Amino acid sequence: MKNGEGRRLNKQAGEDDEEEEDDLEGGLEAWERRYAEDRSWEALQEDESGLLQPIDNSAIYHAQYRRRLRALSLASSAASRIQKGLIRFLYVVIDLSRAASEMDFKPSRMVVVAKHVEAFIREFFDQNPLSQIGLAIIKDGVAHCLTDLGGSPESHIKALMGKLSCSGDSSLQNGLDLVHGFLNQIPTYGHREVLILYSALSTCDPGDIMETIQKCKKSKLRCSVIGLSAEMFICKHLCQETGGTYSVALDESHFKELILEHAPPPPAIAEFAISNLIKMGFPQRAAEGSISICSCHKEAKVGVGYTCPRCKARVCELPTECSICGLQLVSSPHLARSYHHLFPIAPFNEVPSSRLNNSHGRSPSTCFGCQQSLLNLGNKPGLSVACPKCKKYFCLECDIYIHESLHNCPGCESYRPSKPVAASGE
Amino acid sequence: MASAPSKLYSGLSLALSTIFFFFKVVEGLDSVIADDVSLVVVLLDTNPFFWTTSSFPFSHFLSHVLAFLNAILTLNQLNQVVIIATGCNSCDYVYDSSKTANQSFGNGRMPTLCATLLQNLEEFMTKDEKLGIEEAEERITGSLLSGSLSMALCYIQRVFRSGSLHPQPRILCLQGSPDGPEQYVAIMNAIFSAQRSMVPIDSCYIGVQNSAFLQQASYITGGVHHKPQQLDGLFQYLLTIFATDLHSRSFLQLPKPVGVDFRASCFCHKNTIDMGYICSVCLSIFCTRHKKCSTCGSTFGQAQSDDASATNRKRKAPDS
Repeated sequence: MKNGEGRRLNKQAGEDDEEEEDDLEGGLEAWERRYAEDRSWEALQEDESGLLQPIDNSAIYHAQYRRRLRALSLASSAASRIQKGLIRFLYVVIDLSRAASEMDFKPSRMVVVAKHVEAFIREFFDQNPLSQIGLAIIKDGVAHCLTDLGGSPESHIKALMGKLSCSGDSSLQNGLDLVHGFLNQIPTYGHREVLILYSALSTCDPGDIMETIQKCKKSKLRCSVIGLSAEMFICKHLCQETGGTYSVALDESHFKELILEHAPPPPAIAEFAISNLIKMGFPQRAAEGSISICSCHKEAKVGVGYTCPRCKARVCELPTECSICGLQLVSSPHLARSYHHLFPIAPFNEVPSSRLNNSHGRSPSTCFGCQQSLLNLGNKPGLSVACPKCKKYFCLECDIYIHESLHNCPGCESYRPSKPVAASGE
Repeated sequence: MASAPSKLYSGLSLALSTIFFFFKVVEGLDSVIADDVSLVVVLLDTNPFFWTTSSFPFSHFLSHVLAFLNAILTLNQLNQVVIIATGCNSCDYVYDSSKTANQSFGNGRMPTLCATLLQNLEEFMTKDEKLGIEEAEERITGSLLSGSLSMALCYIQRVFRSGSLHPQPRILCLQGSPDGPEQYVAIMNAIFSAQRSMVPIDSCYIGVQNSAFLQQASYITGGVHHKPQQLDGLFQYLLTIFATDLHSRSFLQLPKPVGVDFRASCFCHKNTIDMGYICSVCLSIFCTRHKKCSTCGSTFGQAQSDDASATNRKRKAPDS
């Protein structure tokens, strides 16, 4: 047992010997397993006098966040105007071969993947209300479709939470063929994307996978892969050919970060989708207390609901497609949820700490957004950032909140420009 | 032989259950204390363009609001009030009840809250006026609601970070100026962020027409929207509708949202439409078919960068 444990600790670096891994669950209790890989002593540091202090997580978190932002802005500054694919049709392909029952992700890779795909689905529909998701699985060398392309998160999550089992080999080509067939049928204005969550280290294909990759490239499918074991050449080749991203997860929190990175719309390659006018309806709420037969549940319902403007059928929730006449039904907040992708705010610049200690006193000592003091204890200047447009100072936490959730700079919104230049929006 | 251990067992279990009950009660007390403590961030509209044309004078309005704020602070010892002034050229914090606890501007005739707030408001409005001195517009300019909403949300995030026992925050908008359509995107961003953080936005509109932005804000975030009919009784409306904490709202009959209009307006004529065409690139809304999108410049039915070829033009067929 000790041998096995030692081997398991060594597995953090490379996962190539998963076939040799013994079944360890006989030896450790569940609570022991939780702590077997937990090394909380690594979160402590010694300062100059030898006293222990925890690592300042906020500065590290902020540094990581700014690195990520800089990488994104470098990528987007390459083109003068970056378009984002706002109407996305995404297929999530989950690998349920025997490699998915590995337990290096607690309790098993399959359970972790299912949990995070659920969170991803909710986040995806939050950021892209007009898009649709479909789920597919690869098992025993064959690919099946779990759910069809649809815009309602509940049906996908229900299918995901059903009993999932894993067995057999994984076949990348079969998975790609399946989603290629489905995604060929969608309208031309949509962006076609595939996200493959691959646990295995091999693929058993019935034909030439390079042909399938060329077929996907010609159909303008953007394939991205997140690997859970190790980097594979074929996945890297697939992503490079189709313009997607390939990443390998190191642990569960890294996997969560990687999968949530696919929620915001990726930069769109202009030729991939034909721009078109889509006819949509904006239904009004039905009057309180009105009774009508709901077209999605086929039963009589009272009150809350929406009336399709074209065929006057009643639907329960938005956004949806009217089941009688096929009109896309949305409300204006759904469209507004995507506007911040079109009008992003510029990243803030870091302020060198020496500026705050200025004897002129011109730099403010409180964050403009939350009024928190920007000075550390003892009046030493702490880290702060400033907006390049309005030159207001913000603390680190406001910086993260503004860029990740709020998408408005409070300084720019609180000052009316002196000349009537269109600030943003319509 | 069985009686002694069983007596011990029952005594032990009684002791343990009492202890657990005690902890539960204490835990319950903690959550009860945190449940009805509120932090109200009030966004006060000080737009001079609106107040000079309003039949309800600003001084009367302020007296109602001051009485209401004092009432909130007396409802619970731990309640906090923060006031952000929404001007027409700038926004700023003018009062924070947790910070001014020690200052005593009160000169014996007015309580501290009133004196501090009035002084700060006066300073703010002088500054705000100076900022707008280059403008010479006759039309009524709106106030910068998106700015003060964003500042309020940043402050509330700071409160969330401060620990597990924090008051329940909410935002109250006292607005009279009309909606500024140029702020639509920013206000919607703020509304969605408030919805994610579960911060209700209440609104009390004292202007002339209806404010669609405030109705949508309150509806989406789960707050209360009200337009008082008789402004002389504003204090009554404020106290009965907006003063209660979030936990107790489930026991009250508050004004329900009726007729929130979520229809969009088209970008070309600004009419409200219930069926329209959306550009797939930039999501602009049009009421009739156009050949080209006026917002993003993309030509419909063709690939962006290529010149229109014959085959592409055929694909411009509608897809309803």
